[in-house]
Amino acid sequence: MSLSTLLLALLVLSSLAFYLGRKKALSAAGGNLRTLHSLPNYYGYYLALWAGIPALAVFTLWLVLEPQIVQSLVVGGLPEAQRNLSPGRLGLLINDIRNLASGNIVSREVAPGLQEAAEHYVRLRDTSRIALVVAVLALAVAGLTFGRQRISAHLRARNQVETVVKVFLIVGSTVAVLTTAGIVFSLVFEAGRFFVAVSPAEFLFGTEWSPQIALRKDQVGAQGAFGAVPLFAGTLLISVIAMCVAMPVGLMSAIYMAEYAPPRLRTVIKPILEILAGIPTVVYGFFAALTVAPFFRDTGAAVGLTISSESALAAGIVMGIMIIPFVSSLSDDVINAVPRAMREGSYGLGATQSETIRKVIIPAALPGIVGGFLLAISRAIGETMIVVMAAGLTANMTINPFHAVTTITVQIVTLLIGDQEFDSPKTLAAFALGLVLFLITLVLNIGALRIVKKYREQYE
Amino acid sequence: MIAMQATTGRATDAAASPVPAFMTRDVCVFYGQKQALTNVSLDIHRNQVTSLIGPSGCGKSTYLRCLNRMNDIIDGCRVTGSILLDGQDIYAGSMDVVHLRARVGMVFQKPNPFPKSIFENVAYGPRIHGIAKDKTELEAIVHNSLEKAGLLAEVKDRMDQPGTGLSGGQQQRLCIARAIAVQPEVILMDEPCSALDPIATARIEELIDELREHFAIVIVTHSMQQAARVSQRTGFFHLGILVETGDTEQIFTNPRDKRTQDYITGRFG
Amino acid sequence: MSNSANGAALPGAGGLGSIFDARQQVSEAVSAGLKRRYARERRFRLYGMLATLFAVVVLGILLFTIIRTGLPAFTQTMIKLSVTLYPQEIDPKGDRDPQTLSSADYQRLVRDALDDYFPDVTSRNDRRELFAMISPGATYVIRSMVMADPSLIGKRIEIEVPLKDDIDQFAKGKIDREADQANRRVSDKQIGWYQRLVDRDLIVSRFNTTLFTAGDSRSPELAGIWGAVVGSFWTMTLTLLMSFPLAVGAAVYLEEFAPKNRWTDVIEVNINNLAAVPSIVFGLLGLAVFIGFFGVPRSSPMVGALVLTLMTLPIIIIASRAALKSVPPSIREAALGVGASKMQATLHHVLPLAMPGMLTGTILGMAHALGETAPLLMIGMVAFIVDIPSGPLNSATVMPVQIYLWSDAPERAFIERASAAIMVLLGFLTVMNLLAVALRKRFEKRW
Repeated sequence: MSLSTLLLALLVLSSLAFYLGRKKALSAAGGNLRTLHSLPNYYGYYLALWAGIPALAVFTLWLVLEPQIVQSLVVGGLPEAQRNLSPGRLGLLINDIRNLASGNIVSREVAPGLQEAAEHYVRLRDTSRIALVVAVLALAVAGLTFGRQRISAHLRARNQVETVVKVFLIVGSTVAVLTTAGIVFSLVFEAGRFFVAVSPAEFLFGTEWSPQIALRKDQVGAQGAFGAVPLFAGTLLISVIAMCVAMPVGLMSAIYMAEYAPPRLRTVIKPILEILAGIPTVVYGFFAALTVAPFFRDTGAAVGLTISSESALAAGIVMGIMIIPFVSSLSDDVINAVPRAMREGSYGLGATQSETIRKVIIPAALPGIVGGFLLAISRAIGETMIVVMAAGLTANMTINPFHAVTTITVQIVTLLIGDQEFDSPKTLAAFALGLVLFLITLVLNIGALRIVKKYREQYE
Repeated sequence: MIAMQATTGRATDAAASPVPAFMTRDVCVFYGQKQALTNVSLDIHRNQVTSLIGPSGCGKSTYLRCLNRMNDIIDGCRVTGSILLDGQDIYAGSMDVVHLRARVGMVFQKPNPFPKSIFENVAYGPRIHGIAKDKTELEAIVHNSLEKAGLLAEVKDRMDQPGTGLSGGQQQRLCIARAIAVQPEVILMDEPCSALDPIATARIEELIDELREHFAIVIVTHSMQQAARVSQRTGFFHLGILVETGDTEQIFTNPRDKRTQDYITGRFG
Repeated sequence: MSNSANGAALPGAGGLGSIFDARQQVSEAVSAGLKRRYARERRFRLYGMLATLFAVVVLGILLFTIIRTGLPAFTQTMIKLSVTLYPQEIDPKGDRDPQTLSSADYQRLVRDALDDYFPDVTSRNDRRELFAMISPGATYVIRSMVMADPSLIGKRIEIEVPLKDDIDQFAKGKIDREADQANRRVSDKQIGWYQRLVDRDLIVSRFNTTLFTAGDSRSPELAGIWGAVVGSFWTMTLTLLMSFPLAVGAAVYLEEFAPKNRWTDVIEVNINNLAAVPSIVFGLLGLAVFIGFFGVPRSSPMVGALVLTLMTLPIIIIASRAALKSVPPSIREAALGVGASKMQATLHHVLPLAMPGMLTGTILGMAHALGETAPLLMIGMVAFIVDIPSGPLNSATVMPVQIYLWSDAPERAFIERASAAIMVLLGFLTVMNLLAVALRKRFEKRW
């Protein structure tokens, strides 16, 4: 029985429970519905929850724990020599066993014990699945029977159902917090393991980044150099170029849209900016790598400049284009939030429209605009696909926009794509970079959101 | 006993004193298809306060906003008739709206200081128009305008603090100082006291009376008492029509039109 | 002079005469500055127009280049072959055993067919070059025909099979015939042969159905987006199933039930912040927690959906809360007033009214998720996968990742297909956005 069939069976059982619960309540009422505490449907929901929830809980728990338990059992059954392998090699071994079990081709000669282990694995998994089906169905039936016994005319079914719903709502609202906790926990944990091998000072202040090549044999980590300063510099360079495009264009177009554009034009341009905002970043990356970068390279060559085909300029400008609608819509919001009275005060004194905008509206909207810019910077720093596709891979320390630079996000991607062992500093470095990225954007976001919120309150 | 002499809803301003600042004839205003004002003819005289009264939605604010073309900002607003400022048609092509607004200042219902310092608020007009030749001159203008608006004593130690930090009454006087800093000929006031407490209101009313010495003032007000207190002439608007104008005293003691009478005695409004 | 004029310019500095002087002075100053000020006004307005124009033009260029690059991918150059299905080659024993049929050497048949066209090409090297003009997919075409209908064996069949991507590119005029032979992917000889085929009317251009029915492939002419579309479908379905109930639940709780306290403040800040966390960080989370800790299969739509759920959750929550906020309190009061419980008032009255807004937010969140690439690279959805995924736990890739993979490839034909895939992806996104707009328009506030 596959898992989805099992879930379907559970659903059917719950529907049955709804029907039974309703029926029991109706018969308990004895024809007089007013003697029931709640509406009959609530008794149905009540019983359906009894049938569904405990079974579903066990189901989820089982799925989460099963791989670990089965794996440790399989490892326990392995010969002594293999059990004592390093965690990395053991991981590979387990991978092979899994592949064997699912009938895939294995990367190397099948060791004699391996086939047995794979069969052991398959047996265990099959047993586990059967046990799961039995346990879940039994629990559903048990829940149904138990709940059914409790149904009487006096049962406060509505309150109990509502409590369950409320618990679900609360769980929904805590997912956000759990996500943040999960991000912080996983980043800090993995980065911590990285910092055991490479000192934080070397990581944060080192100027040599070559995670793939060992610089010297006796080096800590013996894998490469992990000085992230060139990545920070590259990220900064590309973000600065992006903001040089996005800030003026975004702000000016927002001003034009809010203050000058005739309504008809606005109804045309607004959707265009929305389209620009809705284009996936991979499309911008494609555009940057295959259109803009070659264009810059060829133009440069035509005028005698050497522009790398992975220049920071191309990636930065396309990133800026990506951010324009973001800046524009945030600025549009804050400009429209400036009270009309402010404009009239200025016009009433004989100011022209541009004087009013430059000297009254922008200063009044400044906090909001700055907040928007901060959010935009945070986006530029965290943007991945454009730089992965259009920026370089080698860490150069340069402020020349014609050269190729690499960024934090590019390195995270390159470190984690391809064959990976979870324990090498190379992979763990990605988490350390992720931690830095998360912290930088966190500070920017929280700062920006504060400023924007304060600004909103000012005019409410 | 009720004065019934007025025979027409359209009152023309007959009591002409020499050279009115504004001479308006047959002013009509349309918002799209809707007519907001019909054939208003009224003169605004120098060194006088003219108050415009009437129930809400009667068109008095609309009329006021025609005088410095603030209605230009509103989409679909159209003005016909003639509005002459010193004999010049302000809706003529030769009249520049920026120049016009420098000559006809405006104070709004809700105090609307800019989110800048007190000094910068008053200096705003002179700066954009390039009136002051240097910094000392600008300071002198700001200083004098604040003094004229009766605010100088209260703010002279905190000129660099934001204008939005002042009390409501002070903010409104700041806005008046801001308006007079460009030496307008006429100051338009759109219910300048409706957002203020009685003490601040009294202060502004006093100020209006003082300002009359140098400016022609038009004030739109809800409050008949205020109109009676501050103005020399009064116009009564009803449903987009200027029903009656005359000396304030006459309007309040001996109105010619039944509608004016009803309004003043509180039968509607 | 300046000083005395200054004195006169000040309000109240003198009698009526000086006021008149001052006004004269102001008037002159204003007139003097007008030209300059209007010039500046026009310039400022022009900047605004240029900025807006820039955005529009860039969008135009972007779409134009993508469509220009992508359109040729919708056609495929085919060659008409006349293949004789020799029984001794396919089924020497004559028992029609599927095993035998499936492993027969169909390539040989293709080559024989080509040899028929070019009896003059005899040298080993030349023949290799000649055979390289036909896609390896040709053999699959014949095999599947034979497998489906073994009675064909022994007959001569007329089929159209795809040409290799380089020849296809040449046929579409994408390869410069004048360039030095060493610098292009098609040799002079191949060009000559191709020309002969054209002259004999054996080359046809067909709508590229492979693009919409196949999975990924090493050969561009055999590669399609269907695998990625199905992968995206699974991922999006799971994302929707997980994120919508959770997000609506969270929004309802925060907006209708939550007490105003520290904890809800924390949740609030969290949600707003999560909406701005770089997507790649969610990928790291998915890698460490879902794959590393919970053991969800790598590269599967399941793990992709988990990551995208966490990512879209804040977007949907924020939109849903706004929708709930716009329901007037009178509705709640009316429901509570007739004796409904708080939960009933919310579920029966407030929620249905807020639903269009919530759905709009959900569609926009899903559109966002559909275009997301970076976090999926972290969790292995970037693998080369030929098979069409058949369930949420199979290895799969998604549309944007497929675009990323293809645009990284050296073959021009893959770039073309990446563009075509972008057009399809943008098509999906446009439909979703239009749906959201229509929904918003249809259910705009009625109070």
